[in-house]
Amino acid sequence: MNVKTGVKVIAGAVMAGAIQTAVADDLTLCWASWDPANALVELSKDFEAESGHKMSFEFVPWPNFADRMLNELNSGGGLCDLMIGDSQWIGGAAENGHYIKLNDFFAKEGIDMGDFIPATVTGYSEWPKGTPNYWALPAFGDVVGWTYRKDWFERPELRKEYKAKYGRDLDVPNNLDELKDIAQFFQKRKIDGKTVYGAAIYTERGSEGITMGVTNALYNYGFEYSNPAKPYDLKGFVNSKEAAAGLEYYKELYDTATPPGSSNWYMGENIDAYKSGQVALQMNFAFIWPGVEADPNVGGGKSGYFPNPPGPGGHFAQLGGQGISVVAASDKREAALEYIKWFAQKKVQDKWWKAGGYSALRAVVEDPGFVSSQPYAKTFLDSMAIVKDFWAEPAYADLLLPMQERIHDYVIAGKGTAQQALDGLVKDWTEVLQDEGKL
Amino acid sequence: MLKLLVNKLALKTPRGVSKHVRGLSDKKLAWLFVSPTIILLLAINIFPLLWTIYLSFTNYRVNRPNRDVKWIDLRNYERILSDSDIWQTMQATAHFLVSTLVIQVLIGFTLAFLINKKFKGNDLLTTLIVLPMMLSPAVVGNFWTFLYQPQIGLFNYAISFFSGVDASSFSMIGDVHLAPWAIVIVDTWMWTPFVMLICLAGLRSIPDSIYEAAECDRASQWRQFWTITIPMVLPFLMLAVLFRGIENFKMFDLVVQLTGGGPGSLTTLSSIDLKREAFEKWKTGYSSAYAVILFVTVFGLASIYVKALNKVKDR
Amino acid sequence: MSFSVTAPSPRTKLISGLIVGLYALVTLAPLLWIIATGFKSGQDSIHYPPKVLFEPTMEGYVNLFTTRTRIPSDQPPKDTTSMTWYEEIVYKKGEIIAEPSKYGERFLNSTVIGFGSTALCMFLGTIAAYAFSRFKVPLKDDLLFFILSTRMMPPIAVAIPIFLMFKNLGLNDTYFGMIMLYTAVNLSLSVWLLKGFMDEIPVEYEEAALIDGYTRFEAFIKVVLPQAITGIASTAIFCLIFAWNEYAFAVLLTSGDAQTAPPFIPTIIGVSGKDWPAVAAGATLFLVPVMVFTVLLRKHLLRGITFGAIRK
Repeated sequence: MNVKTGVKVIAGAVMAGAIQTAVADDLTLCWASWDPANALVELSKDFEAESGHKMSFEFVPWPNFADRMLNELNSGGGLCDLMIGDSQWIGGAAENGHYIKLNDFFAKEGIDMGDFIPATVTGYSEWPKGTPNYWALPAFGDVVGWTYRKDWFERPELRKEYKAKYGRDLDVPNNLDELKDIAQFFQKRKIDGKTVYGAAIYTERGSEGITMGVTNALYNYGFEYSNPAKPYDLKGFVNSKEAAAGLEYYKELYDTATPPGSSNWYMGENIDAYKSGQVALQMNFAFIWPGVEADPNVGGGKSGYFPNPPGPGGHFAQLGGQGISVVAASDKREAALEYIKWFAQKKVQDKWWKAGGYSALRAVVEDPGFVSSQPYAKTFLDSMAIVKDFWAEPAYADLLLPMQERIHDYVIAGKGTAQQALDGLVKDWTEVLQDEGKL
Repeated sequence: MLKLLVNKLALKTPRGVSKHVRGLSDKKLAWLFVSPTIILLLAINIFPLLWTIYLSFTNYRVNRPNRDVKWIDLRNYERILSDSDIWQTMQATAHFLVSTLVIQVLIGFTLAFLINKKFKGNDLLTTLIVLPMMLSPAVVGNFWTFLYQPQIGLFNYAISFFSGVDASSFSMIGDVHLAPWAIVIVDTWMWTPFVMLICLAGLRSIPDSIYEAAECDRASQWRQFWTITIPMVLPFLMLAVLFRGIENFKMFDLVVQLTGGGPGSLTTLSSIDLKREAFEKWKTGYSSAYAVILFVTVFGLASIYVKALNKVKDR
Repeated sequence: MSFSVTAPSPRTKLISGLIVGLYALVTLAPLLWIIATGFKSGQDSIHYPPKVLFEPTMEGYVNLFTTRTRIPSDQPPKDTTSMTWYEEIVYKKGEIIAEPSKYGERFLNSTVIGFGSTALCMFLGTIAAYAFSRFKVPLKDDLLFFILSTRMMPPIAVAIPIFLMFKNLGLNDTYFGMIMLYTAVNLSLSVWLLKGFMDEIPVEYEEAALIDGYTRFEAFIKVVLPQAITGIASTAIFCLIFAWNEYAFAVLLTSGDAQTAPPFIPTIIGVSGKDWPAVAAGATLFLVPVMVFTVLLRKHLLRGITFGAIRK
């Protein structure tokens, strides 16, 4: 080690408030392999310079991310020191002791959870939900929203035709019904000599895709995971008439306003369809927006963004995103905590936002300049205010898989009715919760 | 080149080693040669299998380290066999298995038969045709999702080019009627060459003298085909079917990448379903029972089949 | 042979050649499409309708070997003249290279594990096949069926115990563990194939050697082995194809150090969305070693697949 790095290491150690020998650790951070992860690699170079620790990264693609990483956690593997795990894992990770509880660390370092967007604290950090027990620091805020072809919406001939047909202007939809009208309006329309379609929506079967999509309709029609007054009471909440109407809405959207072949689409496929000019609208997580803005085909002002529109039963959007946790099996806890401390700083979070990472720090997103800093910044903020998440129970995967199956069976394969699908879901979920001893 | 290498190896074998081994009797040498294989298979195949069987009688779950592991007798088996979903995946697997085998045998045999006419350049074409089976099934499955896209994919584009049907009017992966065939098409594309190679080997092993004798007896071409070619190639064909059958019964990577098991559960083959139970729900005991059921099924079918194969062979 | 009465007529040859040629064309089209996509730009790759003619670019290959990130909006423009060609390609799309991607490492892992397990499998398979072919091994038929039966188990079914076992032995995510595993999976095939070959080699050669004063072991090395080359070569091709392309075990049992390329390639993503040119480039490069190996051993392939056991 040369003198210069030596000084840096000591400086880093002092800054971290750690009274220990200046040993440089090799930390491994695990996350999904996607766009924001690449930005984090670049961002982390500052941490390496400041602390003297070396950062390695292990990124696993979304379809295998949960399997691989939960496998690693369940077997007590030492691959990851830091884990940016999905929001739904938090229950299992907390109850099985996979993550370190961060309350003491936060108290000692003066990190206040009140400084972060409330929805992200509940969504990414807390277990049990609603109690001040923290297992992660909100790292990447994400939520499902909509991207639309502003340049198409602005075409006078289309505006005229739309107005004549629906009696209102072709603009950002005010509710889910208007969204469907717009999507149907564009379906199979010829634009610049090419046939285009309405909307790209989530329909993926293999991991969590269709669930992350359909919930945006279900929530807004009145679907509830369980009785708000009585936890785990499903009947009449999961399979209410309103919820069934929401499911029917999603199927109608799929049947009448999506591109042919979009039967197994998730984030990547939706982006492809949108960027290649096949669709007027796409449903997708907010993480894609920086990429849309920078795209030569659809970026630079050609696209606009809006939060998931309200429905008859409310106004919600599906939460995505992750918190960063320290893996209990890691033997480099101190260094890992140092990273979290570094990451929580305002200046780092500022830079994180600029690099395309959605910071969850209120000081960043509530800055007066934030809303105008990017065309999608306001949509992100508005969306984060209406989020709702899937189950975060330790048995979340057991709950997710039947939902994938029931919904895909009904929406894509056209099996049975919406009510039957949700009734079936109640049956499956009841079984899981009974196995878990919650019922 | 390889021959040289082996000769060198033969010469270079140290005197000490051969001297040491020299004294061994045939019997000892036999054990020395067989035991590493048996030991490795015991360690990596049989031991896990036994463990799986043990786990199948328990309620063990890898992701519940704090829960007691209980012996629950046959409960896992009862639950699986009474679950209608399992039968649905079995049906999907059977459809996949039977259609791929039939189609691949027909095309593979025809190709081999034609290549065996020894036209100019048949060697080169054989090598080219074999290429798809050298790709990674996971990569193939993944890439075909791209080829199957109605708007931007080559497959629909090509079909529409030759048939005039609008490329966007059908979706191979999304349509409930087409999806089971979409996976068959990709598997056929990838593995027909394998069947073809085995058939070709079979055809080439038929001595010309048999045909010459038939020619002397004025047997028609058609008759020669049915009385000489088919019976002589049959054992080879059956072996090809055995190997393809075992592989496709286990099919996982290609289909999971291609359809994820959808639409609905139409292409959820047994292995995909098993993987969900074992590595997503982490129902270790339950999925172990599932695995044992699958294993018994394929083992049973294969042993009946091998018996039939031996009969054909001995004829 | 061409003098024989059974030789096909020129017309039959022509028609056969045409049909097979047509099949080759159809079957190669998707493969060519993969290779071509590797040289497309991101936009051309998802062009609607698909583009047959396009301007080739190395973008896919550059993306394959790098991890990139978008240039932050507040960064001043840079001079492109001092950049390398690949930095320039990336920069023109508004991105900068963050670090090399893991593709190189994964490829190396595949090479070590693929060829390593194939070599080990050939070694063990050859000696075991020789023993089964020549010696009286107790319960021979049962053992042989047992060996074949190990191939019937779906990989997923044994993955959990193997995972736990490897974990306890510290073999998880190591070359050694993966080589052993792939060797075990391939052994059944190689023992079965090679036994067929050994059966075909006349016993008389060895007996002559034994009379000349060779020991059994020397006879095996110096007489039998050289004759079994064809069989070993063709069996090696099949073992390599499997070990090289295996996905299920790789995705469940390796995470970093020993992860091979197949789980990696389908998941390459760009700065936003799926990076099809990079996926195609990765698939193309990954095909090359097996292809070269197969072409080199081509003349053994057909001969080898006779599964000699069937007919003498």
